[in-house]
Amino acid sequence: MMNTYHKHYDVIVVGAGHAGCEAALAAARIGCETLIVTINLDTIAKMSCNPAIGGLAKGHLVKEIDALGGEMAKNIDKTGIQFRRLNTKKGPAVRSSRAQADKKAYQDEMKRVLEAQQRLDIKQVLVEELLTEGGRCIGILSQTQTAYFATTVILTTGTFLKGLIHIGDVSYSAGRAGESSAEKLSESFLNLGFEIGRLKTGTPPRVNAHTVNFNQMEIQPGDENPLPFSFSTERHSFLQKSQPQLPCYLTYTNEKTHDVIRKNLHRSAMYSGRIVGIGPRYCPSIEDKVVRFAEKTEHQVFVEPEGRDTDEIYLNGISASLPEDVQVEMVHSIKGLENAEIMRFGYAVEYDFAPATQLYSTLETKHVPGLYFAGQLNGTTGYEEAAAQGLMAGINAALKVKGAEPLVLDRAQAYIGVLIDDLVTLDIREPYRMFTSRAEYRLGLREDNADLRLTEIGRHIGLVDDNTYSRFKRKAAYIQTELKRLHQTLLKPTAATADRVAHIVKTGELKQPTLLADLLKRPELCYEHIAQLAPPPEALPPAVKEQVEIQIKYEGYIQRQQRQIHQFKKLENYRIPDMFDYANVRGLKTEAREQLSKIRPASIGQASRLPGVSPADISILMVIVHQQKAG
Amino acid sequence: MEFHDTIAAIATPRGEGGIGIVRVSGSLAIPIACQLFRSPRAVSPAELPTHTLTYGHVVDTTASGERIDEVLLGIMRAPKTYTAEDIVEFNCHGGIVPLTAVLELVVKAGARLAAPGEFTKRAFLNGRLDLAQAEAVAELIGSKTELSRKIALNALEGKLSETVNRLSDRLASLLAEIEASIDFPEEALDFMKVKTQLQTARAIQVDLMHLLQTASEGRLIKEGITVAILGKPNVGKSSLLNALVQTARAIVTDIPGTTRDTLEEAINLDGIALNLIDTAGIRQTTDIVEQQGVQRSKAVLNQAEFLLLMFDASHPLNEADIELLQTAKSHRAIFILNKVDLPVVTHAEALRAYCPKKRVVQTAIPEGKGIEALKIALREELLGGEFVLGESPIVTNARHKEALRRAYEGLNYAIESLANGMPPELVSVDLHISLDSLGDIVGKTTTEDILDRIFSQFCVGK
Repeated sequence: MMNTYHKHYDVIVVGAGHAGCEAALAAARIGCETLIVTINLDTIAKMSCNPAIGGLAKGHLVKEIDALGGEMAKNIDKTGIQFRRLNTKKGPAVRSSRAQADKKAYQDEMKRVLEAQQRLDIKQVLVEELLTEGGRCIGILSQTQTAYFATTVILTTGTFLKGLIHIGDVSYSAGRAGESSAEKLSESFLNLGFEIGRLKTGTPPRVNAHTVNFNQMEIQPGDENPLPFSFSTERHSFLQKSQPQLPCYLTYTNEKTHDVIRKNLHRSAMYSGRIVGIGPRYCPSIEDKVVRFAEKTEHQVFVEPEGRDTDEIYLNGISASLPEDVQVEMVHSIKGLENAEIMRFGYAVEYDFAPATQLYSTLETKHVPGLYFAGQLNGTTGYEEAAAQGLMAGINAALKVKGAEPLVLDRAQAYIGVLIDDLVTLDIREPYRMFTSRAEYRLGLREDNADLRLTEIGRHIGLVDDNTYSRFKRKAAYIQTELKRLHQTLLKPTAATADRVAHIVKTGELKQPTLLADLLKRPELCYEHIAQLAPPPEALPPAVKEQVEIQIKYEGYIQRQQRQIHQFKKLENYRIPDMFDYANVRGLKTEAREQLSKIRPASIGQASRLPGVSPADISILMVIVHQQKAG
Repeated sequence: MEFHDTIAAIATPRGEGGIGIVRVSGSLAIPIACQLFRSPRAVSPAELPTHTLTYGHVVDTTASGERIDEVLLGIMRAPKTYTAEDIVEFNCHGGIVPLTAVLELVVKAGARLAAPGEFTKRAFLNGRLDLAQAEAVAELIGSKTELSRKIALNALEGKLSETVNRLSDRLASLLAEIEASIDFPEEALDFMKVKTQLQTARAIQVDLMHLLQTASEGRLIKEGITVAILGKPNVGKSSLLNALVQTARAIVTDIPGTTRDTLEEAINLDGIALNLIDTAGIRQTTDIVEQQGVQRSKAVLNQAEFLLLMFDASHPLNEADIELLQTAKSHRAIFILNKVDLPVVTHAEALRAYCPKKRVVQTAIPEGKGIEALKIALREELLGGEFVLGESPIVTNARHKEALRRAYEGLNYAIESLANGMPPELVSVDLHISLDSLGDIVGKTTTEDILDRIFSQFCVGK
């Protein structure tokens, strides 16, 4: 007998991982009555794999989530135990932030934020079925036969659909080690007619810190002057909370380790053919590394603490699905880990995912209106990728409830735009991870300008609070004023200036009056030099100085890329009508026709990125769309 | 309406001729032939083998069954045809009346009149030609000399596209290296060193430069060059023009004269079309003072790309001569010292005193002396010697040249960044621009407006 829960929700979020939390918070903050359900309330925002947030390209995603009004950046700022900026010696577009998290604290803090959120209900519910009516999704049915009705449902089930864990020749059903998978929901899902694929991912063994010899390893401390992820994090409390920073360590595998692995490859779940899912090329298991990079005599192993109140240590770099006895032998072969006691063994997990080509760019399914997918379910890997999708799904579900225009970011606006466009366009065959090279217009999509790119949008949809917004406006104004000053102020080659130019900043002499901006473009000069030669009327915050420096120093590159973006937008704005009939376009090659009919791209731009669609197909499409529009 | 309807056009020039062709392309081409064509042996076009010619008549089946024309019917079935669609061609008796009558019947039977270049546009859209090849078709039709014909054919056969694609591949591999070094800094893989990246980029640049440099020759060969003959009255300009026209093959050309006051003649100098402008016309047709003549000459100066400046060896240099010599400094030019058969007053050294680097050719035009030397000098000045068409493609199209120029510029920025030790993501920005520009040539990302512009330059029936 089915019960009906007494409330009707605007948005129900199924799953409370990194995608689910962002989705639920966004929907509730925009003003929707929201319910988030999870199999286990003690695993909200659990970091199932590595204990870190951010990194190359991922740090960019976190900053973008923050600018739009998401939670991930704030949460890591409150619970991080080590903060680093990577690639500081490289160019501005690839500098990125990473933090080691106190895993448990991260979970607890996120749970507190959810609990404190207005209009958000939290429930421990095992969902068995998606309820539909007339093809629309109208709610969920719990294992205890209670129906929860809603206008929209967001599914963020991670690896829990038909999750299957492998350690050596042992396999069992589970979403994560020790947690049951969602078997019935998987079936409900199939019954709705969704196409399903199979992926795998893995996790390394964790060891007890008391049994590790850190003296044998290289220490990797946090930055001396740590910087928070979130624009709204208050500096003073951040410094208090993040201290003392805990170090990570670096050690290496060796030939002995590789011998152990090679000798036992036939017992690895992955290499014995037991796993059908495809794993990520970019975050390979140690078995994979040893096989694929046979000529390498060592691989890095990052030894990372899992939190302040635990002595569990994560061995980043040796994810494995080898039998337990082999994992022990493997770990003991590594310098500093000779006596390490494994607390949790590494494993591989296989799970169902729903190729995201079944989604619109809003993350709503094309097949079942009112139903949204986000996170690992869509074939991605990584907390940050999941959170970004969750945020966008939450925003779009809420906007749909409110009858407002959806929010779709394009590839020139944000990594989030690149991520979602890739997911809904490309044929994903391995877990999708963000890289900076996936973004064609990388130079404009920097961590440092995420706020400038996206805060106005976040504000417009109602996710950026007054305080943050006014601080943002102040920063933007500072930047504008200082840019203007540098572009308008001439430094005259007087004797006093010449002396300062020669001695303080050590650059070639000024021969004629020179704009400060042009001076800053000299490779050997940075903003601080300019500020010494011609100080601004008031001291500026470091973020403002950085922004001014980047915008002026890389002006030429940024402008040239801007011209490309202009071209890109032209094709992006060349919309293909919703009901466009590809069957009647006769010049298309069969593969292109199939792809186009299946994906139904929104624009010629998106069509041009579909696999199997050639330039000639695009030309045909443009001619026909043009003719139809003309009359 | 979609482009896969059936199109038709008269494919031969207007006017009376021995033969005229009505070309039909599209899915209705063969059904239309079935409807209109009657052979004495009563074979239906639907049963005729592909790529054959069949004798018969075009019959107006809607009226009395009247025979319109006696024709040879050409049947070419997709995909191995010009447009990659079914094509039929009615080879009619030349003359506008029978051709128009046949075309009208074809249209009545379901075809529509083709727009200029539409057959070729279909060949492109059907993937049989890439953009550069399609453009070569127009150049082949418009070729003025044997050399330009050969170059256009080369491009049509895909030589230019191949070269561009090879350059693109090399750029793409370099870019992939650079991208990988950005995204996998910790993997400690063996990435290309910056020094090697720089060498690779420079090697690509050299080849890109070679291709780009052919554009100036290419334009010269395709469009010819405007050469002005300047000099004071009676120096022998008209005689020179006549001598050049007589000894070289004259070209029948439709290039309109831009100055009504000048005489223009086009000649073919070993494959280069020279559009000669003789300012002599000015003096002969109107009675004006010399001062005005000089002003007219100045207008011609702006229009000309190459100057033949004539001086009278039998007279001292006058003010007008000196003014010409001054002007010559900023132009590509050859000096001609004419009338060397008369007692010489002005020597070559006198001219060189003004412009030491310019070539001086001595002539006595009525005797035919120096004309061959002048032609050799012209060839060397214009093409750097005798032009041998090799295997490598020549860029003749302004759109291609512009794309190559952008590709070159992008690569140049990238090289500069590499040399200055700029971070890889900045190098990548310009490599991307360079790669995209190359893609434009063969039509990798072509917007509708560009397509329209390209195909509107064709004639109807092609």
